[in-house]
Amino acid sequence: MGDLVNIFIKSAFIENLALAYFLGMCSYLAVSKTVKTAFGLGLAVIFVLGITMPINWVINTWLLGENGVFQTDLTFLRFILFIAVIASMVQLVEMVVEKYSPSLYNSLGIFLPLITVNCAILGGSLFMVSKEYNFSEAVAFGLGGGFGWFLAIIAIAAIREKIKYSAVPPAMRGLGMAFLLTGMMGMAFMGLMGIDPASFK
Amino acid sequence: MADVAVVEKKEAIKFGKKERKLLTDPLDDNNPITVQVLGICSALAVTTGLKNATVMAVAVVFVCVFANTITSALRKSIPKQVRMIVQLVIIATLVTVVELTLKAYAFESYKQLSVFIGLIITNCIVMGRLEAFAMANRPYESSLDGLGNGIGYGIILLIVAFFREFFGKGEIFGAKIIGATPDYMINTAESAWLGWYQYNNLMVLFPSAMFVIAVLIWAHRAWNPKLVDVS
Repeated sequence: MGDLVNIFIKSAFIENLALAYFLGMCSYLAVSKTVKTAFGLGLAVIFVLGITMPINWVINTWLLGENGVFQTDLTFLRFILFIAVIASMVQLVEMVVEKYSPSLYNSLGIFLPLITVNCAILGGSLFMVSKEYNFSEAVAFGLGGGFGWFLAIIAIAAIREKIKYSAVPPAMRGLGMAFLLTGMMGMAFMGLMGIDPASFK
Repeated sequence: MADVAVVEKKEAIKFGKKERKLLTDPLDDNNPITVQVLGICSALAVTTGLKNATVMAVAVVFVCVFANTITSALRKSIPKQVRMIVQLVIIATLVTVVELTLKAYAFESYKQLSVFIGLIITNCIVMGRLEAFAMANRPYESSLDGLGNGIGYGIILLIVAFFREFFGKGEIFGAKIIGATPDYMINTAESAWLGWYQYNNLMVLFPSAMFVIAVLIWAHRAWNPKLVDVS
């Protein structure tokens, strides 16, 4: 159990998908203008990462691996299967949410399809493969990564809401400032790299 | 629909003003990174050196051109509801080709780029151009649009990589330009005229890519005021 908590903390803070690897930057920069929308997108990312990570783990190990169903190395199909799983999961989540929670659907609505092309999701799955996690570790990594991304987008949205009232040079307004802020937040998060996750046991 | 098809047949394949605009627009007014804000993730991660950035830029140009052409050729037979998945499968296939090619012929770059080759699939430039252009235009124009956007992306990638590699490691394409070398003999010769330079290690780390792009956006918008964000 302690190992899983380590992986969660590590993937949420020390190896934050948004601020340490800069994954999912497109939607991160595009949807962080207000805290409300950022909150919705962040929740959706946690959700989709938490679901797709175990499914992709199962596919990678049992279908594509050498000890899987086909007894051959099919890893060259990894990209196609991973992205198909992500796209269909997002579609499925969208339908379920629409049926059972229309209010959540209305607030998430536009962001759900965006998540398909959020590199944090595919990147998370590819990192999981390259780090050779087992099943429960993959789940912890998915949830932790999603939580870290959620925190990052909320933080920058809050800063951007405030900075609207500052006197920024016209050419730097909006996008330029968002880049600068993200860079500084990335530097701040690098301070967490010194943490030894083993001490949380 | 029938009228459109007839008009399309009449238009010959040529390279006029409109076609040139397709190529040059993404370099300036409609740059994928500094204006459309697409494909940032890989731009940040692979720009620590010019070599990796070049490999990445070439890979993205390849995927962009072919994904645009193929999707455009198939655009009339792709059902609207499943178009995302069809597009993703086309892109994923092309990216797999790139990955296997790199693995076979440039293993060094393949190892350094690791997951970021796979992330070309979710590079929003490719997907964005498929949605915005290839689904509504002929294969010829679409391939030009793909080429233009791929190059527009690649140029920014190379500029960022140049600054990061030059100031971070004192090198260009791996060749030492400024800064002290560990080699005693070279430092004592006249070639050590820039040996005082102390490497800025921040430039090698991720956040510096953000700063470099922020400054690029600033310069681009100051030079081209119609891009300024009015909101």
